[in-house]
Amino acid sequence: MNNQSCIPIKKEWDIVGARQYGRDIAKNLGFGSVDQARIATAISELARNIYLYAQKGKICFDIVEGVNKKGIKIVAIDEGPGIEEISKVMEDGYTTSGGLGAGLPGIKRLMDDFDIISEVGKGTEITVVKWLR
Amino acid sequence: MMRIPILKLHNYLLISIQIDLDDQTAIQFQEDLLKKIHETGATGVVIDLTSVDIVDSYIAKVLGDVVSMSDLMGAKVVLTGIQPAVAITLIDLGIHLKDVPTSLDLEKGLIKLRQELEE
Repeated sequence: MNNQSCIPIKKEWDIVGARQYGRDIAKNLGFGSVDQARIATAISELARNIYLYAQKGKICFDIVEGVNKKGIKIVAIDEGPGIEEISKVMEDGYTTSGGLGAGLPGIKRLMDDFDIISEVGKGTEITVVKWLR
Repeated sequence: MMRIPILKLHNYLLISIQIDLDDQTAIQFQEDLLKKIHETGATGVVIDLTSVDIVDSYIAKVLGDVVSMSDLMGAKVVLTGIQPAVAITLIDLGIHLKDVPTSLDLEKGLIKLRQELEE
């Protein structure tokens, strides 16, 4: 099954557009209100990171199915500066923006699966999944 | 961008946020509220978040800042009606809003203000 769709992140308003779009997918999949808020908030943070650090990129949504489980997969892709030390950005409280975003550890706590690939000068790709309970 | 209405009631200002806040609207609201405090000489402010489904780190920062800014001007702010899902996601994000006064609903928020201002 492939339902992938992407929302471009170019302007500030796209952050709201992306989280509303993701929330609708989560709602239709049957996520409860707390998980809907978690998913929408994670999208908001991912989209803001793109806007702040890479200026533009996209957020892609997919429905994933595992053995006896179903979930929403969100991939945030940008061609920004990339992240030099991934272990550092995964520490709570680490910031380069002066505290504008909650950072990656917060996003990780909101979701079930978290994966990051980043290459300096090329860009960053963050994949998160929330499974239906 | 939208403008959030700010209502005056005696010495208080009441705000009910009923839209999905984008960054610009949040910043505009911050400015509007401070101006309104200045204009009216309000001593207390209640910002009701009953209808707000999502508070991300940026919106939380703007709300926390507006509480500190109002405090500098001499007005107390109470945030009311934070939804369970919003409380859960904020803590997941690592945002505790420790110095921000909160109450369950508008009514309790007004009682809290009255106590704090000892009227």
